[in-house]
Amino acid sequence: MQPKTLYDKLWESHVVREEADGTALLYIDRQLVHEVTSPQAFEGLRLAGRKPWRAETNLATPDHNIPTRNRDRGIEDPVARTQVETLGANCADFGITEFRMDDPRQGIVHVVGPEQGATLPGMTVVCGDSHTSTHGALGALAHGIGTSEVEHVLASQCLIQRKSKAMLIQVEGKTGPGVTAKDIVLAIIGEIGTAGGTGYAIEFAGEAIRDLSVEGRMTVCNMAIEAGARAGFVAVDEKTIDYVKGRPYAPKAEDWDKAVAWWRTLHSDAGATFDRIVTLKAAEIEPQVTWGTSPEMVVSVSDRVPDPAQEKDPVKADGMRRALAYMGLTANTPISEIPVDIVFIGSCTNSRIEDLRAAAQVAKGRKVAANVKQALVVPGSGLVKQQAEAEGLDKVFVEAGFEWRDPGCSMCLAMNDDRLEPGERCASTSNRNFEGRQGPGGRTHLVSPAMAAAAAIAGRFVDVRELGLRP
Amino acid sequence: MQKFEKFMGIVCPLGRSNVDTDAIIPKQFLKSIQRSGFGPNLFDEWRYLDRGEPGMDSSGRPLNTGFVLNDPRYTGASILLARENFGCGSSREHAPWALLDYGFRVIIAPSFADIFFNNCFKNGILPVRLEEKTVEGLFAQANGPEALRIEVDLASQQLKPEGGEGIGFEVDPFRKHCLLEGLDDIGLTLQHVGDIRAYEQRRRAEAPWLFFHS
Ligand code: SF4
Repeated sequence: MQPKTLYDKLWESHVVREEADGTALLYIDRQLVHEVTSPQAFEGLRLAGRKPWRAETNLATPDHNIPTRNRDRGIEDPVARTQVETLGANCADFGITEFRMDDPRQGIVHVVGPEQGATLPGMTVVCGDSHTSTHGALGALAHGIGTSEVEHVLASQCLIQRKSKAMLIQVEGKTGPGVTAKDIVLAIIGEIGTAGGTGYAIEFAGEAIRDLSVEGRMTVCNMAIEAGARAGFVAVDEKTIDYVKGRPYAPKAEDWDKAVAWWRTLHSDAGATFDRIVTLKAAEIEPQVTWGTSPEMVVSVSDRVPDPAQEKDPVKADGMRRALAYMGLTANTPISEIPVDIVFIGSCTNSRIEDLRAAAQVAKGRKVAANVKQALVVPGSGLVKQQAEAEGLDKVFVEAGFEWRDPGCSMCLAMNDDRLEPGERCASTSNRNFEGRQGPGGRTHLVSPAMAAAAAIAGRFVDVRELGLRP
Repeated sequence: MQKFEKFMGIVCPLGRSNVDTDAIIPKQFLKSIQRSGFGPNLFDEWRYLDRGEPGMDSSGRPLNTGFVLNDPRYTGASILLARENFGCGSSREHAPWALLDYGFRVIIAPSFADIFFNNCFKNGILPVRLEEKTVEGLFAQANGPEALRIEVDLASQQLKPEGGEGIGFEVDPFRKHCLLEGLDDIGLTLQHVGDIRAYEQRRRAEAPWLFFHS
């Protein structure tokens, strides 16, 4: 038999029918739903007099514009409140399970799905949100879709799709201490660029990826979209299976054994061919910090802000100049001399328990620097929050001067009231450093949770390895 | 999408050319979380004397009685008669959503903006292009003391004004099929219900855990 890639296997097991022109009807096993991109889809369903094809395959939770504090007061912003209430009403009407704001299982959809075992290896997973690629960490085919497609999946359990090309990104060897999943994926994006993965589905592989926990792999797959790919995934291994075991939505008893037997086949066969292969050496990756307004504008913490004068491509040089002007940075400034005003630890990239542990380890017994106006820790879900509190992480953060919040997207995109003021500079564990992403005029530097915590303590970017991993 | 069946409807004559999508539904209503509910704000700036805002109850607002939609003769109209280049401007679907929500199923004009024309079909509205002369004739009748009623028969591609001669019209065969069958993208996918069910049956045997909650 022809050797297959993991992507081939995931794709082929979900094709309902294929037209002569290559368009396929792809079956969707799980749809995650949030308040921002679903209202018109539900409305469309209602207008057409349709019902969800399999309501129970959908799982909803509000995340984008809910408050992360004073929840007992409800949502003060009327527009946000309407959206969240609309989600609630739609889920009630159409028989869709929803984890509401007062449910401990509520959180960022991409944290909630895997946490519940609602997203499983071998599944096709969609959500009206581009960071759906996160779920690929479990060996699933997962990608973001638009509102009309949300409706299409609700109504038919299918999507009309064309197969992408296959890319393999291998990160070979072992990473050094203090280098995390976030640094790996930022280094990858630095290497291939934000359009490097356009038209591809990316499989992340190699020793450094295998060495990552499943949560770390989620961080990597989460940012596949920032590399231009709608989907990114990692082969299933024993870590994946251990991760899934016992979760509320995970298969049980005989189903479990049957599932595991299939999941163990979810890897690319030896000799499978890819349209493109990219190789990175893990040992060369250092803690990363973005300096510009695109995730590909990234350097190591020991580097300096790049100089547009050194860039030969005039278009690129121009883009760099614009980014530097927006970011309020001067070329050749050492990254470690850039002070920060705000620190944000959260988002679907880095708000799981291991992220919070990594940040707490750095923060423990230390104090947030006086020049840092605000340092926020926003857990990815209510259950992450509970777990962190059970481990005493909340106390570590609060004693160090961080604010400990309720779960949601928060300052990742500033749809609620957690946002940067114009000109404020933020060390953020989120995934997008676009202009205005964290608030109009706000300046975002993407880093790992440990690096964000280190920046909070030092009041500037600092190599977390200098602080030492233990206090 | 609703199947497009033969019906008899009142014609509302909107005697303006180059009606753009912002006129059809002003910008401030696009923040809505819904695809329906735009009806009360269709042609908002022409229809009311005050400025409409999202969330406002339009029932008590001062009406521009000079605007044709507010003329009691045309209450319940489902056919809009317009002049050339109807629906120009942006590509947003809020314009057909608003027309549909108000109750228009057919728009007759000598010409339409291209994107709007396509968007109509996607949303179950039939845009009918007729010759300038024919449109003028319909305007004359619709502006008369008695409202004009027309029977729309898509299957035979005929408009039959009450007590008048039938008027034939052109329509793309594929779009006609989709409208008659009530098919949108979703509708088309749902033509393969058999394939989807067959897939599910096979999958249920191979991977029962994907169905355990159903
Ligand atoms: S945390 Fe940020 S990137 Fe993730 S789903 Fe929320 S807004 Fe999107």
